Amino acid sequence: MDNLSVSQLAAGLNDGEFSSVELTRHFLQRIQSHTELNAFITQMDEHAIMQARRADKLIKERKHGPLTGIPLAHKDIFCMDGTKTSCGSRMLENFVAPYNATVVDKLEQAGCVVLGKTNMDEFAMGSSNENSYFGPVKNPWNTDHVPGGSSGGSAAAVAARLVPLATGTDTGGSIRQPAAFCGITGLKPTYGRVSRYGMIAYASSLDQAGPLAKSAYDCAYLMQAMAGFDERDSTCMDEPVPAYTQVLDLPLHDKVIGIPDEYFGEGLDSGVREVITQAIAWAEDQGCIIKPIRLPNTELAIPAYYVIATAECSSNLSRFDGIRYGHRCQDPEDLHDLYRRSRSEGFGMEVKRRIMVGTYALSKGYYDAYYLKAQQVRRLISADFEKAFQTVDFILGPTSPGPAFRIGEKTNDPVTMYLSDIYTISVNLAGVPAVSIPCGMCEGLPVGMQLIGDYLTEDKLLNFAHQYQLATDWHLQSPPRYSK
Amino acid sequence: MTRWEAVIGLEIHVQLATQSKIFSAASTAFGAEPNTQACAVDLGLPGVLPVLNHEAVRMAVMFGLATDAAIAQRSIFARKNYFYPDLPKGYQISQYELPIVEGGQLEIALQDKGHKVIGITRAHLEEDAGKSLHEEFDDLTGVDLNRAGTPLIEIVSEPDMRSAKEAIAYMKKIHSIVRYLGISDGNMQEGSFRCDANVSVRQAGQETLGTRTETKNLNSFRFVERAIDFEIDRQIAVLEDGGEIVQETRLYDASKGITRPMRSKEHANDYRYFPDPDLLPVVIEPEMIEAIRQQLPELPSEKASRFCKQYGLDTHDAENLSISREVGEYFERTVQDTDAEAKQVANWIVGELTGALNQDNIDITESPVSSSMLACLLDRIEDGTISGKIAKDVFRLMWMGEGDADQIIESQGLTQITDGSEIEKLVDQVLQDNPAQVEQFRSGKDKVFGFFVGQVMKLSKGKANPKQVNSLLRQKLQ
Repeated sequence: MDNLSVSQLAAGLNDGEFSSVELTRHFLQRIQSHTELNAFITQMDEHAIMQARRADKLIKERKHGPLTGIPLAHKDIFCMDGTKTSCGSRMLENFVAPYNATVVDKLEQAGCVVLGKTNMDEFAMGSSNENSYFGPVKNPWNTDHVPGGSSGGSAAAVAARLVPLATGTDTGGSIRQPAAFCGITGLKPTYGRVSRYGMIAYASSLDQAGPLAKSAYDCAYLMQAMAGFDERDSTCMDEPVPAYTQVLDLPLHDKVIGIPDEYFGEGLDSGVREVITQAIAWAEDQGCIIKPIRLPNTELAIPAYYVIATAECSSNLSRFDGIRYGHRCQDPEDLHDLYRRSRSEGFGMEVKRRIMVGTYALSKGYYDAYYLKAQQVRRLISADFEKAFQTVDFILGPTSPGPAFRIGEKTNDPVTMYLSDIYTISVNLAGVPAVSIPCGMCEGLPVGMQLIGDYLTEDKLLNFAHQYQLATDWHLQSPPRYSK
Repeated sequence: MTRWEAVIGLEIHVQLATQSKIFSAASTAFGAEPNTQACAVDLGLPGVLPVLNHEAVRMAVMFGLATDAAIAQRSIFARKNYFYPDLPKGYQISQYELPIVEGGQLEIALQDKGHKVIGITRAHLEEDAGKSLHEEFDDLTGVDLNRAGTPLIEIVSEPDMRSAKEAIAYMKKIHSIVRYLGISDGNMQEGSFRCDANVSVRQAGQETLGTRTETKNLNSFRFVERAIDFEIDRQIAVLEDGGEIVQETRLYDASKGITRPMRSKEHANDYRYFPDPDLLPVVIEPEMIEAIRQQLPELPSEKASRFCKQYGLDTHDAENLSISREVGEYFERTVQDTDAEAKQVANWIVGELTGALNQDNIDITESPVSSSMLACLLDRIEDGTISGKIAKDVFRLMWMGEGDADQIIESQGLTQITDGSEIEKLVDQVLQDNPAQVEQFRSGKDKVFGFFVGQVMKLSKGKANPKQVNSLLRQKLQ
C-alpha cells in the first residue's frame, strides 16, 4: 500500500481490495513505528478510524469521490475543530481550535481521512524544521539531515510513506523546499487560489496553502479539493477551478521554458546544477523551446521578503498575548508582566527575532526606508515575472541551491539559512504559482527542480510535472530505510 | 493683560447602526451578556480573517455626502498596532493614509445668531474595541468583547472652533446629521457617540497654534463643554504663570469636573500603521455614490430652509425645529392639526415644550403632550376660549397627565371671560380702586396703561379676554 498512488488507492477501495479502515490502520501503524522522524505533532487514531468508517459506508453506497477514504495529514497550522492546533509553538501547545479551516472543511467534504497534524517550524518561520517547539523533524533519506521547512513534517511524512497526501503552506518556499529536500512533489498555488481562512497567519500577503504528494498526479487530486473561492477570505480569488486531473496528458511540444541566469549563479551546488541541466535537456527532447531569460531583481527578493514578512508577522502574532487563549505565564505581577513573560516564554528564538525585525521595520522614522521600500522592490519583482511570461510559458530552475543540509549546520547563522530560500521567495512576492518536482540525487539526497508559471496556471505546471514523471522515476524512489 | 484665544478641534466616534459587525457576522445589539456577541473573528482566534460589511461603507458614504465631503474612490484599511486586553488581535483595523471621506464641512449657528462653517478634515471607518470591566472582579479586570468589531466612523474636524459653546454646537450638528441619516442611534450613554477634544490656546492675533492636549472619551455634551472650558482655563493659567503646555493625552474626571494626564502606560506612542494585508482596498464607483446620494433623506439645513420658506419662520426657529427628524415631524403634524399660525406653533415647541422636555430630560418621542394635544390647545387660544397666558397653565397640567386641553379648561373653569358687561365691571372696579394712577394717566403718563391691564387681568384670574380689556380701558380713560 505504501507506494500506491491516489488513483490506485481509490481503485483498491472501489474494488473492495481493502477498506478505508484497513488503509487508515496501515498508515497509522507506519506513523507509530517511525516516530524517530518526529514528523507528527498529533496523531488522531480515533478520529481517523471514525472518518474511515464513514468513508467505507459512502464507498459501499457508491456515493464517493476520488478522495473518499484516502488518508491525509494536515500541517499543524490549519485549525481543526476540537483538535490541538499548535503551529509548532509552545504558545499554542494546549490550544484546541473551536472551528475548521476552510481547507480542513473542504478535504473533510471530499472524504479524506485525517491521520494527524504534522510538525513544522514554529509559526511557519524557518527553512529546516529546526524551529519547532516539538523538536526537529528528520529527513527520511538521511536522518542527520533536515527535511526542509517550514512544512517539513508533511514532506518527511509523505517521503517516508507514512501518509499518501499532506497539506502544507508556503510563504517563502515552505512547500517547495521541503518537497525538494525529501524527494516529493509540492505545489505552491497562486496567491488567493486556496482560502487562507483558518490557516494561522505568518505573513498574510504571502501565505498560501498547497498540496504535497509523491507525484504531480496526486497533487492534482488534492489541489482539486483544496482550491476555490471562499467568502470568508477577502483575498481569495473568485475564479473557476479547472479540472486539474483532466489536463495532465497534454503534450509539452513548443512550450517555451525560460532559464533565468540569476538561478544558476554563485552559491548553486554543482551536483544540483548537473541534475537540473539534465532536466532541461529532457524538456528540450520533448520539443520545448529553451530560452535564457533575466529576472534582474532576484537578489533583492530576500531582503524585501524579510522586511515584508516580518512586518506582517509582528502584527499577526500580536494576538498571542496570553489573555484569551494560548500560553500564559505563572502569577503575572501586572498586565505588562503578563504580556512580557507570556510572549517571552511562549515564542521561540526565530519567532522573536522576526517579530523584533518587523516591529522595527514598521516603526516611526523607519517605515519609509524599510517597509515602503520593500513594497517597491516587490513590485519590481512582480514586473520581472510579468515581463518574462510575455515570452515564456514556464520558468525552470533549482528549488534550492543545495540538497538538504545537516541538522544544526545553519542554525547559528540566520542569514545563510535565509539564503537557502533564494529561488523560492520571489515567487511568493509576485504571487505566482510554482511546483517542485524531484529530478535526481546529489550526495545521496534528493534534488528538486522548480517550475514557475504565470498566475492561475497550476494546471499547466501539473501537466508539465506529470509528463516529466511519466518519463522518469525520481518521484517513485523512496528512502531505503522506509521502503520494505 | 493678555487676551487669549482657544483653538478647538474634535474627533467624534460614531457607532454605525449596522445589524452585524464591520468584519464579522456577529450582532451589534447593545446590552447582551458579556462575550455572547463575539464570534471567532471578534475574539481574534488564530487563523480567522476579516470580511468587510458593505453596509458600513454605505453609511460612511452617506455621512460624507451629507457634509459635502469628497468620497474616496479607493480607500485602504490599515492596522493600528497596540496591546490592550480589550483589543483581541493586538491591532485595531482602521483607516490611516487613505480614508473613505475627506474634506467636508458644515455650518453651525452661533449664539449671537450668526453662522460659522466648521471644516471636516476626514472621516474614516474603523472597528471598535471591547470593554475592560474593572468593577466586580476584585483586583482583576474582566474583558467583554461584545463591542469589539462594532463599526465606527471617526470624524475629525479642523481646529476651527474657538469656544466650548461652538464645539458643542458642532457636535450637536454632527449628532443631528447621523441620526437624520439613520446611520447611528447617537446614544451617548451607551457609547454610540463619543468625542475626543483637542484644545490649545494662543494669544489673540497670533497665527501659529499653541501646543495642544487631547482629552479622551467624552460621552456627553455637558462633559465636553466642561472639559474644554477646564482645559482652556488650565492652559491659560499655566501660560500666564510662565509655564509651558505639555502635548499629552488627558482624561476627564466627571466627578471632580477636571482633566488629568493619562498615565503613560495607558497609551502607546507608535502605532506602527501599515495597510492590512487581509483586506482589499475599498473601491467605490461613482455610480454607487450617485445611487446613495439619491437615497439621502432631507438633512437638517435643508429642512430648516424649507421651514423658513414654507411656514414663514425665522432662521432661529427653523433651525431649532430641524434639530432632529422627530422634532421636525412633531412640528409639521401640529401645524396640520391646528388653525393657529405656524409661527405660533414654532414658539410653543421651541419654548414651552422644549423647556419641559429638557427639565424632565426626555426625548420628544416620549413627550406626554402629543402633537395633537398641543394642536388642540393652540386652537383654544385661537378661538378665544383661553388666553395665551392661561394656555401655559393648561400646558403644564397636560404635561402632568391631567388630560387634554378641553378637559382641563372644563374642569378648572378656565374659559376666557368674553362677556363685555362682566369685563366692564372689572374695569370699573380697577379704575375706582386706583384714582391716583387714573390721575397720572390723564396728565399724560401713558405707561400707566399697562398697570391697569395687569390689574384687570389679575382680578379676573387671567381669564378676561385681553383684547376686550384693552379696548374697554381705552374707552373709559378717554
